[in-house]
Amino acid sequence: MILTAPLAAIGRSTLGLLAAIGRVALFFFQAVSHILRPPWYPREFAVQLIQIGWLSLPVVGLTALFTGGALALQIYAGGSRFNAEAVVPSIVAIGMARELGPVLGGLMVAGRVASAIAAEIATMKVTEQIDALVTLSTNPMKYLTVPRLLAATLTLPVLVAAGDSIGIFGGFLVGTTRLGFNEVGYITNTVDFLEFWDVASGLVKGAVFGFIVALMGCFHGMSSGRGARGVGKATTNAVVSASILILAANYLLTELFFTA
Amino acid sequence: MIDITGLHKSFGSNAVLRGVDLNVETGTSTVIIGGSGTGKSVLLKCILGLVSPDQGQILLDAEDVTRAERDPFLAKFGMLFQGGALFDSMPVWQNVAFRLLRGSLRKPVEEAREIAVAKLARVGLGPEVAGKFPAELSGGMQKRVSLARAIAADPQVIFFDEPTTGLDPIMAGVINDLIREIVVEMGATAMTITHDMSSVRAIADRVAMLHRGKIRWEGPVAEMDAADDPYLRQFITGAAEGPIETLR
Repeated sequence: MILTAPLAAIGRSTLGLLAAIGRVALFFFQAVSHILRPPWYPREFAVQLIQIGWLSLPVVGLTALFTGGALALQIYAGGSRFNAEAVVPSIVAIGMARELGPVLGGLMVAGRVASAIAAEIATMKVTEQIDALVTLSTNPMKYLTVPRLLAATLTLPVLVAAGDSIGIFGGFLVGTTRLGFNEVGYITNTVDFLEFWDVASGLVKGAVFGFIVALMGCFHGMSSGRGARGVGKATTNAVVSASILILAANYLLTELFFTA
Repeated sequence: MIDITGLHKSFGSNAVLRGVDLNVETGTSTVIIGGSGTGKSVLLKCILGLVSPDQGQILLDAEDVTRAERDPFLAKFGMLFQGGALFDSMPVWQNVAFRLLRGSLRKPVEEAREIAVAKLARVGLGPEVAGKFPAELSGGMQKRVSLARAIAADPQVIFFDEPTTGLDPIMAGVINDLIREIVVEMGATAMTITHDMSSVRAIADRVAMLHRGKIRWEGPVAEMDAADDPYLRQFITGAAEGPIETLR
């Protein structure tokens, strides 16, 4: 009995994990099917564009600014070991556009938006507002999930583009004020080395990360337990699962985009 | 008419409804009483399709509710939820006019707002309340707004889930009177869940007592006090001693 207990625990955990993956997959397919079928709620979509996109801009912008600056310092310090200080502008630009812009933007939006979505929907569930929606002939998947999924998927690439620009600007500020780079030279170096696909791949990543953030927020909100504890757990699970999925998806997309 | 036959519903090993049979005549007000956890809310949710029954049949005007097209079917219903269930992200008038702003009952925004203000007036709230948010209102006002939302689209059937819970006795009396007046003037069929015996006497034409997942007693409210069912008597009198098991 004692010897088999760890195996039983592993078995239970595995079954629980598979069941959770199944529930998320079902939720995903339901959500996508509702995206494709009317009715749609354009007003709700517009509200979510503001909530998810516009209001996340300061968080993403500040994150990118400081990250770009720190990146310039690190690359300069590392590059100086083999006389490669000149690569700072190009590596900052490529690093921001390909990786740090989308990943840090996605993680910051996961922290701000997935938690807010999960808390809002979970509270609506606990206070019977979801049931009220149904009795008012409104499908909660269409009214709550679809606008958030679409808004996050469309706004995150825009946020990533803004974050990339601000991050590169952060590198420029540090490079020109602290590291002795010439202003025109820094910009020329950045523009010359940055390719279209560096930026485009980051924007595609942003769209995928946006979808993940909204999906996890809505899924955990809709499947939350009762009471304040249920809402808190849903919020935590939404942020944690969105963050992990963003990092996993980032690796897979990087494999797909840059090693094929 | 709502005709419920042999309704069963379990959640895991917990059998909540164990064969409910109940008829609710059109235009009557039926109040369902029973202890906590006896399945009263589950019964209403089964009728609305919020919960799928395991077994049994629910007919609304001879149509099986599980086969009815959802939008037109739900358009026949209004519901006042226990906690109000108002959408806190939108002002009061949009809550009341929610159904009139989308779906098959959609109306122009101005018309929907006028109807909302009229329904708010019907439940005793002035037009100044229309632009406020639910969080700015007292519990009694939120119940009134929820009542206004339930009647906004002139439904054929209205459900009231614990309409007086959390209200002081005077406000509870006001809400009871409002419910009775509105149900009579609309000619709607009403089903109310409550523990509050003053609500039962104010709202009901007929009373049904749910106990252990079955209808234990059912009859006109006028016969309730004279009934000799020991379970009903214990519930009405609120006695701790009796056939209904209580935790101490």
